[in-house]
Amino acid sequence: MRMMNEDFNNKGDRPTKNGFGEGLAEAGRRNKNLIALGADITGSVGMDHFASRFPERFFSLGIAEQNCIGVASGMALSGKIPVFATYGVFAALRTTDFIRISVCYNDLHVIIGGAHAGISVGPDGATHQALEDIAVMRVLPHMTVISPCDATQTRLALLAAVEQVNGPVYLRFGRAPVPDFTDEKLAFEVGKAQTLKDGNDISVIATGHLVWEALEAAKILANKGISARIINMHTIKPIDKDAILRSARECGAIITAEEHQITGGLGSAVAELIVKKYPVPMQMIGMPDCFGESGQPEELMDKYGMRARNIVAAAEKLLKDKR
Amino acid sequence: MNASGHTAEELRLISKEIRKDIIRSLAGAGSGHTGGSLGLADVFSCLYFGIMNHRPDEPGWPGRDRMILSIGHVAPALYASLAQAGYFPREELLSLRKLGSRLQGHPGRDHGLPGLELSAGSLGQGLSVAVGMAMAAKMDGRKYHIFSIHGDGELQEGSIWEAAMSASQYKLENLTALIDRNGLQIDGSTEKVMRLEPLADKWTSFGWHVIHCDGHDHGDIINAYDEAKITKGKPSVIIAKTIMGKGVRKIENHHGWHGRCPTPEEAEIFVKEIDGMND
Repeated sequence: MRMMNEDFNNKGDRPTKNGFGEGLAEAGRRNKNLIALGADITGSVGMDHFASRFPERFFSLGIAEQNCIGVASGMALSGKIPVFATYGVFAALRTTDFIRISVCYNDLHVIIGGAHAGISVGPDGATHQALEDIAVMRVLPHMTVISPCDATQTRLALLAAVEQVNGPVYLRFGRAPVPDFTDEKLAFEVGKAQTLKDGNDISVIATGHLVWEALEAAKILANKGISARIINMHTIKPIDKDAILRSARECGAIITAEEHQITGGLGSAVAELIVKKYPVPMQMIGMPDCFGESGQPEELMDKYGMRARNIVAAAEKLLKDKR
Repeated sequence: MNASGHTAEELRLISKEIRKDIIRSLAGAGSGHTGGSLGLADVFSCLYFGIMNHRPDEPGWPGRDRMILSIGHVAPALYASLAQAGYFPREELLSLRKLGSRLQGHPGRDHGLPGLELSAGSLGQGLSVAVGMAMAAKMDGRKYHIFSIHGDGELQEGSIWEAAMSASQYKLENLTALIDRNGLQIDGSTEKVMRLEPLADKWTSFGWHVIHCDGHDHGDIINAYDEAKITKGKPSVIIAKTIMGKGVRKIENHHGWHGRCPTPEEAEIFVKEIDGMND
């Protein structure tokens, strides 16, 4: 577990998909076997840098996501490392059976990029807001599920998916500009959570850009005399059990925060572990089993309670339960 | 005489052995898909003993031709052919569908069966995988060929046509798909359940070279594959007219035998009947 007690500063808002695109181009430079597959929205998901730098290793397959997954499997069986990305709703959900059989049952190193994840994709509305992808991807055997916290980390996450994993990977990222606050020197190890701020009254385990909201919440809580530990759970599967159990033992209360349904995602993964090993009171921040809607990302984050202030309120409620 | 030195007569005898092993393994398993497996025995013998460049003693040989069985439910035909070719002992066929077996009900690579290229069983996925393999081979300038096998009913899966589009888009001349055109699926005739005709026109319009053959005539099957291998600039599809359950009269053209298997008593009778097959 990484430990650090430094303040994180927003270097400027950036979409996490930019990090995906930068990582993909870098991975392509490092590894000649890396292939990218596009389903018509190449630029929109950040694959255009790779496509223009390595045209001989970029294949457009049209609006045919199932075929993209199958083709990726065939390439992986032939020694390539295929990266396929499209909107998370299609990447993970339209293709689920292809991912289950052709990728996961064959245990192939196929990297699936789920773009425009979460409610923060905004005005496009419910059809394009991937809110169930973590739940579905994490129950598939062999699958690794990664959800980095900002653009800088998404770049490192893509490189890690190529270099640290040998099986299927689902890598989730978003479109809305969100605070870019981690340093590229913050090592990314698949499966190892990052404790960004230490604390012992309560532990906030967050994923994706809600990690930033959690850090903001920690400052507010500190002013109220509450010491919050902030954990960036960038890998949801395999989950860092040690970080979660230490949170349970040392803080005695856990909040999870994710831009995803509260059922089946990070919150559920944490609960599944602690209920067996060390039950403590929990609160889960996420979508309450409903579809999203159109609106600006900020408005939707407010409406569906994914802000620092919601984490603060959950913490105050939880501390009453704890005592 | 074909490239590997087997005459059509020899291929016919090999097909009989494959059919008998299919019956024996299914009877031992107590469940499984008999009709489709028997119907493809002649195609399998031509692939593994005539057409494909492969090394049973070196299953991972990088230069091997790849055989992608998209219809995982006819695994008994694949297993019998692999055993016949020497990938593993024929006795192991009796472990089909049993706990701990390398011969899963639908092919599963995680169980380590030599010669198996793909875990498959959910229809409509194999052609996409074959396309990915063919694209990778082309990128690397490799000379091996990708062969895929599909059911006719399977063509009702929309994903097949996504894959078909991409294969012609990328001019995958190193890919040959074969359609087991027996005209039957679980609910009855393919044309009643969901019409496939005009099937050849569909593939032609998707940019494929279409070849027809009698799926029980070894010379015809070999010729069809030979034509596919020399076709340039586009993928080929062989529409092989077959009889579901070929070789056992009680099973032939009976869609009720799609998903059932012979009892041990039936198996004995069927094996004798196959031994007496003349064509």
